Amino acid sequence: MSPKILLSSKEVNIILHRLACQLVEKHLDFSNTVLIGIQPRGKYLANRIKEIIENEYGIQNVELGFLDITFFRDDFRRNEKPLEANKTQIDFLVEDKKVVFIDDVLYTGRSINAALTAIQSFGRPNEVELMVLIDRRFSRHLPIQPDYRGRQVDAFNNDKVKVQWKGVDAQEDLVLLTESEK
Amino acid sequence: MKELSVNHLLGIKYINKNDIDLIFETADHFKEVINRPIKKVPSLRDVTIANIFFENSTRTKLSFELAQKRLSADVISFSAAQSSVKKGETLIDTVNNILSMKVDMVVMRHSNPGAAHFLSKNVKASIVNAGDGAHEHPTQGLLDSFTIREHLGEVGGKKVVIVGDILHSRVALSNIFALQMQGAEVMVCGPKTLIPRYITELGVKYEPNLRKALEWCDVANMLRVQNERLDVNYFPSTREYAQQYGLDKQLLDSLNKEIIVMHPGPINRGVEISSDVADSQQSVILNQVENGVAVRMAVIYLLASKIK
Repeated sequence: MSPKILLSSKEVNIILHRLACQLVEKHLDFSNTVLIGIQPRGKYLANRIKEIIENEYGIQNVELGFLDITFFRDDFRRNEKPLEANKTQIDFLVEDKKVVFIDDVLYTGRSINAALTAIQSFGRPNEVELMVLIDRRFSRHLPIQPDYRGRQVDAFNNDKVKVQWKGVDAQEDLVLLTESEK
Repeated sequence: MKELSVNHLLGIKYINKNDIDLIFETADHFKEVINRPIKKVPSLRDVTIANIFFENSTRTKLSFELAQKRLSADVISFSAAQSSVKKGETLIDTVNNILSMKVDMVVMRHSNPGAAHFLSKNVKASIVNAGDGAHEHPTQGLLDSFTIREHLGEVGGKKVVIVGDILHSRVALSNIFALQMQGAEVMVCGPKTLIPRYITELGVKYEPNLRKALEWCDVANMLRVQNERLDVNYFPSTREYAQQYGLDKQLLDSLNKEIIVMHPGPINRGVEISSDVADSQQSVILNQVENGVAVRMAVIYLLASKIK
C-alpha cells in the first residue's frame, strides 16, 4: 500500500499562509518577537513562515533561530537508537523576548518540553508560544498544546505522520506512513 | 543513527575513522553549547563518573571534570596521593569499591601502560583512558586533530611534525595514530636519544633537523620536555636542547610559510617553545584547551549513550 497523502502541496501552502497571517495578527511588527525552529524538521516550516511574513507583509528583519534539543531530551539511554544532534544556531539572546517555537508535527509533547528547557540557555523569554503544522491529537504525554495549529490529524500510535518539504523531500505534501512503510 | 564501535576509550589504536568523525561532529555541537550564556546540558543527569588519577594532572583533570559537569553528570574525583592505594590496595579492588557505590564510568590516568585496558577487562564500567604511562592519551590525540581540523578545514593530506621527547610521550603515540587514521602525514623530530628506535615502522618519517622539519610541515606540535621522566641524561643540557629543538620567533618567521604551532601543555617557556611563539598569532595552544572540553564532552556523551 502506498503512503496516504493527507494534505496536498496546495493545501499545505494555504495553511502556511494562514499560520503566517495569525502570527502577524498577534505580533504585528515582530520588534520584540523571535522565531525558533525546532531541529531537525521544524527548521523548514520556520523558514517558510519567515519567508511569507517578509514577502507578503513586508515585515523585514524577523529574527529566526534554530534550536537543537538532542542534549535536553528525556529519553537519553532509554532509546534503542542513539540520539543524533543537529546544529543550534541562535545568534541573539531571548531575554525578555516573545519566543515562538515552530515545529512540523506535535506528537507526545516531549520535544517541546525539552525545547522549553533548552531555550533557557539563551536567556529568560517573556513568553513562549508554539506553532505546529500538524497536531496529532489524543497522543500527548504532557500537558502541552499549540497556540497556532495547521491541521489536526488522528493517526494510530504506530503510524508516522511526515511533512515533506519543497527542496528537501521529493515533493511538498503531508503524508501518513503506516508502520510497514516506514 | 550512528554510534561508537567501542564501549571504552582505551586508545586511538582501538577505534576507527568513523568513530573519530562521529566524535568530531558531536564535539562541534558541544563547542557551540559551551559558548552559550548557560553552558550546560542535562543529558547525563543520571550518570555518575569517577575520575581516578594515579598520576599528577591539572589540565586534563580539570578538563574532564568540566566536561562532565557541563553534561550534568555526577562527578567524584580523587588522586592517588589521598587514597588507599598508598595503603597497598590493588587497582581492581580500588575501582570495584568505587563501582559498588554505583558509578557508571571511570576516567583513569595511571603510570603503567595498559592500565586502562586491564581495568576494562576486569571491572563492569565504561573506561576512559586519560593517559597510561608512555602508551596512549587518546583524548589529547583527538583534541589535537580536532584543533587542526578547525584551523585547516581537514586533517587528511596535512603534514604534521611532532617535536621533542617521543620516547616518553603518550601524546605522540595517540597523535600519530589519530593523524594517520585521518590521512595526514606525520614526521617526528628530536634528539635521537628521545626517538624510539623502531618509530619509522609506524609509517612516520624521522628528521633530526628542526628547521628542515618545520619547512616540510603545516603543523608543528611541540612536546614538553618531561624532566620528571628523564631518569638519565638524554641530552647534554636544557640550554643545548633549547638551541637545537626549541622553536623561537626568529626561526618561525624565517620559514617561507605560516605554520600552526601546537603544544599539549604545560609549557616550559624558553625550552621547547619561546614565550613570543607561545603567545603569537600562529599558536593555537589555548584553542587546544578550549577544544579539549568539547571533545571530552563528546567522548563521554557517546560512551554514556552505550551504557545499558
